Amino acid sequence: MAILVGRDTKLITVGYTGKQGTFHSLQSRDYGTNFVGGVTPGKGGMVHEGFPVFNTIEEAKAKTECNAAMIFVPPPFAADSILECIDAEIPLIIAITEGIPITDMIKVKSALEGSKSRLIGPNCPGIITPGECKIGIMPGHIHMPGKVGVISRSGTLTYEAVFQLTQREIGQSTCVGIGGDPVNGTNFIDMLELFEKDPDTEAVIMIGEIGGSAETDAGRWIKKNMTKPVVSFIAGASAPAGKRMGHAGAIISGGDDTAEAKFKILEECGVTIARSPAELGEKMAEVLKK
Amino acid sequence: MNVHEYQAKSLMREYGISVLRGEVAKTVDEAVEGAKKLGGSVWVVKAQIHAGGRGKAGGVKLAKSLDEVKQYASEILGATLVTHQTGPEGKKVLTLLIEEGCEIDHEYYAGLVLDRATGKITFMASSEGGVEIEKVAEETPEKIIKVAVDPSAGFTPFIGRKLAYGIGLKDKEQIKKASKFFHGLYNMYVEKDCTIAEINPMVTTKAGEVIALDAKLNFDDNALFRNADVEELRDPTEESAKELEAAQYGLSYIELDGNIGCLVNGAGLAMGTMDIIKLHGGEPANFLDVGGGATKETVEKAFTIILSDPNVKAILVNIFGGIMKCDIIAEGVIAAAKSLGVKVPLVVRLEGTNVALGKKILNESDLDIIAAEDLADAAAKVVTAAKGEA
Repeated sequence: MAILVGRDTKLITVGYTGKQGTFHSLQSRDYGTNFVGGVTPGKGGMVHEGFPVFNTIEEAKAKTECNAAMIFVPPPFAADSILECIDAEIPLIIAITEGIPITDMIKVKSALEGSKSRLIGPNCPGIITPGECKIGIMPGHIHMPGKVGVISRSGTLTYEAVFQLTQREIGQSTCVGIGGDPVNGTNFIDMLELFEKDPDTEAVIMIGEIGGSAETDAGRWIKKNMTKPVVSFIAGASAPAGKRMGHAGAIISGGDDTAEAKFKILEECGVTIARSPAELGEKMAEVLKK
Repeated sequence: MNVHEYQAKSLMREYGISVLRGEVAKTVDEAVEGAKKLGGSVWVVKAQIHAGGRGKAGGVKLAKSLDEVKQYASEILGATLVTHQTGPEGKKVLTLLIEEGCEIDHEYYAGLVLDRATGKITFMASSEGGVEIEKVAEETPEKIIKVAVDPSAGFTPFIGRKLAYGIGLKDKEQIKKASKFFHGLYNMYVEKDCTIAEINPMVTTKAGEVIALDAKLNFDDNALFRNADVEELRDPTEESAKELEAAQYGLSYIELDGNIGCLVNGAGLAMGTMDIIKLHGGEPANFLDVGGGATKETVEKAFTIILSDPNVKAILVNIFGGIMKCDIIAEGVIAAAKSLGVKVPLVVRLEGTNVALGKKILNESDLDIIAAEDLADAAAKVVTAAKGEA
């Protein structure tokens, strides 16, 4: 097992009987993930596409012994489902849902503190340990088992990075999409820490975006704690100022939330920078040769 | 979503935050009538646009007679204000707020915003109000007090006291009034799903009141489903018609100044595509994320929107299929090219789910499409094509 998910993972999907929930659950199953059932309140007792459906997450956990839950619930109800997973002490929660209100996520983040659960996402592609376990909406076939960890705030940009690695026959240990929302369950540092400790990971690709200080915080953490090489790209160097962020937000992040500022700080922290998203694979190949 | 100052103040009044009495006017006559209704001898005529910096641009005037109200209203209504937040094209003033005057004792700053690093709603307050808060943060950061609100405890009285004493208030009554002000602001922020609530300046008056003299509120678009009253405040004249139209089709579109139209899936890859176009010496004409659930129709719509920009000299379609299937994109591209008669060079780069089928569909069409091998190749080809060298 690389990090977080592998052959021991037993997955349920919350919002399983919906169109997207069904499709991606079966895709995960086809990839080799040990998918064991789903939760849709009111549909408990049903068998859907060959898997049992439960009314509550607690019941699903008791009957299937699942240790991971994928959330496919629509945005107005998604935070409630995450809270239900925390209550049921599901160790790993992966929220794919895009568009959850920020104030809902503030409550979720507070509930996660001191709980037995880790949340990946929301608004993310999910997590995959190639050849072992896929939880999420990423295309499985572009991945290849190997030694590079990938962490990203963006979905399709992660696929781009993975594709470039696989083309060069550089495999991946685990790829994690932490999500593009301002409040999420897991940040870059959490994942870097796991990759640093993971014997199956030799190097890491970190893909960030403009806004917030998650990447620069990660850079400073890397400088202090990380022995494995990190390659990074920050999307949004060409984005117009002020389109995404108001005044007050810019103050609190200390003004270092442009792509340029993030590249600079990451470079100072010893991270290898890819100025173009097309260079991620190449830069990683160079780093691995050293 | 943004709202006007007068709308923000009306909402704040519901939460017990003191604001001055005011009247909204769409014409000069309404402005004078409004001033008469308010009474007194001093009024402030304020342009209502979705941008800060109105005062410096001449959009806020102090009138000392009804004649002056009339004069300023006729000057400001219909004028185009250019501020540091409007862009060079400026914004046309269609609405005025006529407010009663007040005797200001001191100007402060009060703001509420999400601190992404902690995931908590955080107060910021300063004794230095009425100026750009970025400047205060840069030059005298010690003059800004921050207090994070614990989400499960919510607003408790110490937060009000910490902020009020922190900005230098001393009078017991004023401390109470300021605490009530902050408490109301927090309740509104949480209940109405704000993303920014910025009061600059918050003032104390000679009469001892604590009042919001200006207000900037921003709301979480993802929470509008449960805030119908906020959605009703939307002013379509303040938003880009194209961006609104795009949003109706689930497309995220932002118009830019360049000449290379972009159609991409995923916000990160869309930004990355713009970045790589720039690295190759080109200028993107737009940001466009078709999202994960696009159909043939939405792709066609995306083309319509991109082509409605006369500056577009070439288009780059960059799709990395995950949920999105490449064959759907290919069909959408062909349908759009046929029905719209695309006359500019079209560079297409497909990868991911059903890529072979997508490429086959494009190859078998009689369209003149420039196929790209990878991201770098796509950027190089579209930049060359936009220069007319393809």
